[in-house]
Amino acid sequence: MPSVLPLGDPAPSDGLLPAQAAAGAADRAFGLYVHIPFCAVRCGYCDFNTYTATELGGGASQDAYAGTAVSEVDLAARVLTASGLPDRPLSTVFFGGGTPTLLPAEDLALILRAAISTWGIEDGAEVTTEANPDSVTPESLAVLKAAGFTRVSFGMQSAVPHVLKVLDRTHSPARVPQVVRWAREAGLAVSLDLIYGTPGESLDDWRLSLETALSYEPDHISAYALIVEDGTKLAAQIRRGQVPGIDDDDHAAKYELADQLITAAGLGWYEVSNWARTPEQACRHNLAYWRGDDWWGIGPGAHSHVGGVRWWNVKHPTAYAGRLGQGVSPAAGRETLDAETRNVERVMLAARLSGGLRIDSLGDAGRRQVAGLIADSLVEPTAAFRGTLVLTLKGRLLADAVVRRILPD
Amino acid sequence: MSPMARTAPVPAATDPAIIRNFCIIAHIDHGKSTLADRMLQYTGVVQSRDMKAQYLDRMDIERERGITIKSQAVRMPWERDGVSYALNMIDTPGHVDFTYEVSRSLAACEGAVLLVDAAQGIEAQTLANLYLAMENNLTIIPVLNKIDLPAAQPEKYAAELASLIGGDPEDVLRVSGKTGAGVEALLDKIVHDLPAPQGDPNAPARAMIFDSVYDTYRGVVTYVRVVDGMLHPRERIQMMSTRATHELLEIGVSSPEPTPSKGLGVGEVGYLITGVKDVRQSKVGDTVTNLAKPASESLPGYADAKPMVFSGLYPLDGADYPVLRDALEKLMLNDAALVYEPETSAALGFGFRVGFLGLLHLEITRERLEREYNLALISTAPNVEYEVTLEDKKVVQVTNPSEYPTGKVAEVREPMVSATILAPNEFVGAIMELCQSRRGVLGGMDYLSEDRVEIRYRLPLAEIVFDFFDILKSKTRGYGSLDWKADGEQAADLVKVDIMLQGEQVDAFSAITHRDKAYAYGVMMTGKLRELIPRQQFEVPIQAAIGSRIIARESIRAIRKDVLAKCYGGDITRKRKLLEKQKEGKKRMKMVGTVEVPQEAFIAALTTDESKDKAKKK
Ligand SMILES: Nc1nc2c(ncn2[C@@H]2O[C@H](COP(=O)(O)OP(=O)(O)OP(=O)(O)O)[C@@H](O)[C@H]2O)c(=O)[nH]1
Ligand SMILES: C[S@@+](CC[C@H](N)C(=O)[O-])C[C@H]1O[C@@H](n2cnc3c(N)ncnc32)[C@H](O)[C@@H]1O
Ligand code: SF4
Ligand SMILES: [Mg+2]
Repeated sequence: MPSVLPLGDPAPSDGLLPAQAAAGAADRAFGLYVHIPFCAVRCGYCDFNTYTATELGGGASQDAYAGTAVSEVDLAARVLTASGLPDRPLSTVFFGGGTPTLLPAEDLALILRAAISTWGIEDGAEVTTEANPDSVTPESLAVLKAAGFTRVSFGMQSAVPHVLKVLDRTHSPARVPQVVRWAREAGLAVSLDLIYGTPGESLDDWRLSLETALSYEPDHISAYALIVEDGTKLAAQIRRGQVPGIDDDDHAAKYELADQLITAAGLGWYEVSNWARTPEQACRHNLAYWRGDDWWGIGPGAHSHVGGVRWWNVKHPTAYAGRLGQGVSPAAGRETLDAETRNVERVMLAARLSGGLRIDSLGDAGRRQVAGLIADSLVEPTAAFRGTLVLTLKGRLLADAVVRRILPD
Repeated sequence: MSPMARTAPVPAATDPAIIRNFCIIAHIDHGKSTLADRMLQYTGVVQSRDMKAQYLDRMDIERERGITIKSQAVRMPWERDGVSYALNMIDTPGHVDFTYEVSRSLAACEGAVLLVDAAQGIEAQTLANLYLAMENNLTIIPVLNKIDLPAAQPEKYAAELASLIGGDPEDVLRVSGKTGAGVEALLDKIVHDLPAPQGDPNAPARAMIFDSVYDTYRGVVTYVRVVDGMLHPRERIQMMSTRATHELLEIGVSSPEPTPSKGLGVGEVGYLITGVKDVRQSKVGDTVTNLAKPASESLPGYADAKPMVFSGLYPLDGADYPVLRDALEKLMLNDAALVYEPETSAALGFGFRVGFLGLLHLEITRERLEREYNLALISTAPNVEYEVTLEDKKVVQVTNPSEYPTGKVAEVREPMVSATILAPNEFVGAIMELCQSRRGVLGGMDYLSEDRVEIRYRLPLAEIVFDFFDILKSKTRGYGSLDWKADGEQAADLVKVDIMLQGEQVDAFSAITHRDKAYAYGVMMTGKLRELIPRQQFEVPIQAAIGSRIIARESIRAIRKDVLAKCYGGDITRKRKLLEKQKEGKKRMKMVGTVEVPQEAFIAALTTDESKDKAKKK
């Protein structure tokens, strides 16, 4: 979760949702996100809502965290029922961070079991955890598998030591194949996260990272362009000229290389930054975000969405635990989207998916743009002839510009 | 020393023999307004507790910049040898852009206090304004100011002044507007040295209009100096040039607040209110007479201020066009030197081509429009007026480069100025080099004293009106001063340089330059635009051309990446806010063909370093 919370309306202390949230809920999938706000060290580029033990003044809050998270699960169940939502089994669960695997696997298992016993879970549901290569063992992975996890996403980022160093990553490259093998042996599907465009990374460095990651035959790859976020150590280093800045052309070249190599290895893109070995292995939890399904986000700073109502929890783990300790909703703010805003979000998110966007769902002005987008090689002509707007490789690199063109002014 | 007058002479009943009309003239910043403050105080028209520095500089802009823009006339009583006199003092501006204000003030006076900063000595506008005063046959009282300054060199500059106007250095008064030293003696000297106004009290009334100001509450306030006869409230007056008649609703003197009177007689200076709403109906330089008993001959007027520099003014938000139009109309009521007409730009939309007296005038006008009317404006690069003769003998006046005719051009003429530069002699070489590089022709050179020279050049206006003064200042370590006045025109090898984006001409960036400088302009502008225009989805060539000949080119490479490629998890709100911000940014773009050009790029490209803030002095 990015660490700066949006500005929104105040959320009520009982957490109750406005009436609009329940409408049509039976037709939407329901997922759970669990935020684990702890890391061993903070990486210089990262602005996620996460804290090291020293920042929180000792490990106490980590020990108590699973219990606090379970109390939000209880609160979530009460609020949803009281707000008129039907009982729905979980279709996806995602533990993210921070570094979920910094907590004992038993703690993650405890939270997952509480959630399953509260809502139930669909057959074949996807249950993912993010993990740092440093923080898993064959034993911990076995515990996760036994609790119901199906998938693990490792923050590999790069295979090149000098790049990992600029990123402040602590793991050694050799650790990655090891943890991938352990996860496989435990029966978990594997995804690898990569970052490209790190200052000092050459195109060959990136090629090496890609080839290395692909050689581990992951089921899924996410490749993110390094974003320099305000207030991070990396931003300060670039400002002071200690490391070179970011170059968009370099990003573009590396994205093209990523798509070329990953596709050649047999994976297919399904979202701008994500590739899966088979369509079934796409991350269904993330797809639910992008398709506007419902989910509850547990944890400090976590975001939730139910039927056009978005809300987010207080950021700091102490404030979060304090609220739940008093039986008060940890929601800090929320927004109730009107039809127009929902449409903007739908277009903005769906345009990035390989499944694309129904052209007839666009407004007149947006539809009139399609021919020009084809002429500019930004959308696939054949898909467009069949009524769907799907981005080309060039279009994916210019996805924000495409979205601005097809949205109403 | 004379005491403050016990009784002030009453307007309309004042013998011309006890009237003294004078203005204070000087180079910019030599302390005119500060000296005027002391006079207001010592004559008792402003109480000490009400006093504030540069009391007569009333406009916000005048106060912020510490300069006088408009002349102000004030009537003050002063007693000498038991006689109460009526002094009419006019504080004038020192900046060269406002020289026309000085010349009309002079016409209302018999004498001028020529003020010279005792730490700076004679400067270019000292000479220019002195010249104007002598041309008007005024009696000059030379005065050194700021003698309280440790750096003052009164002996040296008294000698310089005396040799300039003739007379004895001992006769040069020494004052300090700051401490008040010598100011009472100066008031005495004004009474003693200046002639009383002459005029025929029984002749038909004739009053010269020397200023005309629009006031929201009172309509147009017309400032006059009565030459012959008398004007009374409620009578009908006539403007001699237009024959328009008005009823005199109010007549009075500024002291310094407007004070109604029973009339104004020979030699008196005061104001008239007729209820008209447009300063143009009360034209500066015109003669006012009495309709019942009209004069047959008007007083010699003076030429209208002529705009020298033109610039397009456009509202950033096209919807503000009507606001700008109304605002210009109102400003014009107060500033007869301002001329404008509507124009359209393919790049900037609807706006106005406005003529100004100089860059400071432009800057002040723009600032007032933005501040007083809450407008955000783009002003195009300023240019002078050209006269283009085509081969078919047709003649076109060009105040906007985009109006430059496309047909076969036989000749282009540009306005010229004669410039006077004063500086310590060690800088002569640097100054000549600068003037030569600006196509100047040396007119002559004189030593004012051992180490101060006056250099005269004839130069194209376009070469001096923008950055010349700043460069002169830096080449003379601040010691050089400049004055210039219009001096005809000349034919020159001038060309129009166009700037094209993606092959499409952007009218706002066209410029008329000397052929030798066209290339430099082209390189500068294309380079600037390459930096300022964000990358587009396609490559954008930027070219500078004279006619169809390309003289400089740059290109903006196509953007390859415009996508947020990071995992945001469930924080969709943040992503949407980002998109909204991007869309806002897109709204502030102006389309040039298919190229999106941010408004900031227009502003930055059109903001020459010269016009940035340099005309400001503080
Ligand atoms: N020390 C000292 N400073 C003075 C004196 N008279 C004026 N000044 C300062 O000189 C500066 C210019 O004074 P002004 O009275 O505004 O000069 P001005 O000639 O009216 O200027 P313009 O109207 O812009 O031409 C101000 O900072 C004054 O405070 C003086 O007698 N002694
Ligand atoms: C929130 S992190 C959690 C996973 C785990 N803590 C780790 O770092 O491996 C999820 C992914 O976001 C990506 N990420 C974090 N900060 C980023 C940034 N500034 N720019 C691009 N990607 C970033 C990284 O690839 C990271 O693996
Ligand atoms: S380990 Fe992951 S969440 Fe933690 S600081 Fe690094 S990138 Fe951020
Ligand atoms: Mg002044």
